[in-house]
Amino acid sequence: MGDAIKLIGIVIIVAGFALKLDVLAVVLISGLVTGLVSGMSFVEILRIIGDSFVSNRLMSIFLISFPIIAVLERYGLKERAAYLIGQIKKATAGKVLAIYLLIRTIAAAFSVRLGGHVQFVRPLIYPMAEAAGEKCKGALFTEKETDFVKGLAAAAENYGNFFGQNCFYGASGVLLIQGVLIEAGYEVTLQSIALNSIPVAVIMFILALIQFHFADKKIRRDGMM
Amino acid sequence: MNEFLNIATEIVFVLCGLVSVATAFRGLKNEQARIGTFLFWLILGLIFILGKILPSELVGALLLAMGVLSATKQVRMGKFTEADPQFKKMSSEKVGNLIFLPALMIGVVAMLLSTIKIPWQGESFAIPSAVAIGVASIAALISGMLLLYPKNKETVEDSTRLLMQVGGSSLLPQLLAALGAVFTSAGVGTVIANAIGGIIPEGNILIGVIIYVVGMVVFTMIMGNGFAAFSVITVGIGIPFVIQQGGDPAMIGALGLTAGFCGTLMTPMAANFNIVPSAVLETKSKYAIIKAQLPMALAMIVVHVILMLVLGF
Repeated sequence: MGDAIKLIGIVIIVAGFALKLDVLAVVLISGLVTGLVSGMSFVEILRIIGDSFVSNRLMSIFLISFPIIAVLERYGLKERAAYLIGQIKKATAGKVLAIYLLIRTIAAAFSVRLGGHVQFVRPLIYPMAEAAGEKCKGALFTEKETDFVKGLAAAAENYGNFFGQNCFYGASGVLLIQGVLIEAGYEVTLQSIALNSIPVAVIMFILALIQFHFADKKIRRDGMM
Repeated sequence: MNEFLNIATEIVFVLCGLVSVATAFRGLKNEQARIGTFLFWLILGLIFILGKILPSELVGALLLAMGVLSATKQVRMGKFTEADPQFKKMSSEKVGNLIFLPALMIGVVAMLLSTIKIPWQGESFAIPSAVAIGVASIAALISGMLLLYPKNKETVEDSTRLLMQVGGSSLLPQLLAALGAVFTSAGVGTVIANAIGGIIPEGNILIGVIIYVVGMVVFTMIMGNGFAAFSVITVGIGIPFVIQQGGDPAMIGALGLTAGFCGTLMTPMAANFNIVPSAVLETKSKYAIIKAQLPMALAMIVVHVILMLVLGF
């Protein structure tokens, strides 16, 4: 039972994140308290934290890609992508979302920051899905349908982002997985983790196609009633 | 050769540090929290640049100082003027699809470099990940400069804006890894494993996999953050009950994190993904996005259990 006190760090993390306290402070305090109750000295804890932070600098490698991203954003990367999506013919709400999801997932897998609720979904993807959906239905959306398609549009952004990102071997999630496993004594390569993240991305895409297909059907059915 | 590759790695981290140092000096122009913002990004830049030289205890102390600055709200985003939308539109029409070339180069060049082995005096050396990604980013930047002739001042300004936008939470993965290191030396994983081991039979792979996946989902839902859940649950449950039972570490680890993301899809705690966007989209219900994501999340949880059993063993 005496060992159970070591779990206090987890309690601090869960409570701190749930209460939306400053994340950096919560993580550091959790580490300090866990170390202290486990009988480590203050300096020893600092040494472990500092050592691990420096040897995991790779997790923040994305800093080096900021200048080129900054240039591309200023010179119209997003505007061009928006233009391409706008070229889709014979669109339905589901098709618009599926194509966005495909682009979003592939972009995430290549570590291209192309997407976002604010940058893409609100100004572009949702209006296009709405327009296409209302054309299929033959009438304007009801309030309920509006919420339904908005939810799906935001979901497409999240699906592609979450399940696509780890297919890039420099993604911070992949680096975290490697860091935790190496700390525990398992030598794994970044490439193998990224490769093993592909099945989930593919299955997610298939399931999303099914979900969007049923959404199209529902919208069409509502139009006939 | 190894020495050369190590130096190349450090050079890449020096460049990363310089982005942070540039952000520090941009912070001096802030209206609020000028000094705090300056110190925060300056310390981070120094840790990146001098990481290998500084004693670990000092780095730990500097991180605590950064934690204090962050907790006391001394790190703020500065005011930036957005690029002219008209200009962006014109430029995107002028450059056309070529603008995607530098963007794709980051991923493609990094991937190619990571597969190349350098032959040297009868041995072959893999290119370290940091060098591959660093070289790819620089190659992309050069191609972008040749294509677009950007102004240096704007590029620095925009880069520092990007870093300030991400803010202190950009350090979260690295800090969580450090927390994981403290947990490991303190034996936290053993305590959890013993507690759960008292309840479930050791060596039952099916139960182990289910508990790991569900544990990731539930902890991610409570914390709203899959990364934080991953370091805790993998050490406590994933390793003793799945990987040590014969699971493939890379496969189980990869699936463990995305299992957590299934939890992210279902929780209002992940406000930036589920709640803030519903405000941005002006949905009637605050939970419209979570409602849309629920069937996918539940289906993907089952998919994760099956994939772990089929591909992980």
